[in-house]
Amino acid sequence: MEQAFFFYFAFVIAVTSVLVVALRNPIYSTLALLIMFFHVAGLYVTLHAEFLAAVQIIVYAGAILVLYLFVVMLLNLKQDVRYHRQWPIAATVGVALVIEAIILTAMKGWTSPVVAAGTETAVGGAGNTEAIGDVLYTTYLFPFEVASLILLVAMIGAVILAKKELVEPAES
Amino acid sequence: MTVPLSYYLALSGIMFLTGVIGVLLRRNIIIILLSVELMLNATNINFVAFSQYFHNVAGQVFVFFTLTVAAAEVAVGLAIVIALYRSKSTINIDEFQLLKW
Repeated sequence: MEQAFFFYFAFVIAVTSVLVVALRNPIYSTLALLIMFFHVAGLYVTLHAEFLAAVQIIVYAGAILVLYLFVVMLLNLKQDVRYHRQWPIAATVGVALVIEAIILTAMKGWTSPVVAAGTETAVGGAGNTEAIGDVLYTTYLFPFEVASLILLVAMIGAVILAKKELVEPAES
Repeated sequence: MTVPLSYYLALSGIMFLTGVIGVLLRRNIIIILLSVELMLNATNINFVAFSQYFHNVAGQVFVFFTLTVAAAEVAVGLAIVIALYRSKSTINIDEFQLLKW
């Protein structure tokens, strides 16, 4: 049962991620990415990360994708032109990564590593959200504060960059 | 856990490869940013799969930080895209050669 769910989610994720790259119209690409985000959230649910699934839908599908769609429609793009003439480089990098993956799997085989005997915080069980919050606000408190600083900088930067006076220099 | 960890790694590898090819192959800046999102999601799947497998919740916390960086990247990146579109009325990356040698 779990495998059936995994293969469904994995198949849809793989197909839609190829569609994101392959489709000509940016709006269709964005909508394919939306479908992919929902299925990634489903994959998180099968991995017992329910809180992350909710956050994935709210942040990625709710905020980031809406921003992308807004910009695509704001710019009113025509159909995209041909692919880049950089495709030999892309093919080289892709083939190199595939070969690397094949070599690594051939060396290690498909055997799974030994599961660590859990002295660490349990993931599943009753409170996934509780466990995340517990670790986030104690062990990872400083990175959490740094993340808030990153968001502040990004907010200010976005406002400054999108201002009209950036292109033609201001007189004042 | 009936699904082996290596299946998740294979899925994540496929997603990441698609993202890399998209970044190298497409000319539309928005599609390039979407491909970067693909790569970030591939790493997120890896994090969550390992977190579940090793029974350690720290992996899910790091997905949070990835989400934060992704949101910041989207905000700044789309602002740059809008500024570029204002200056040249196109977002084809072949048109922006100011920093090329």
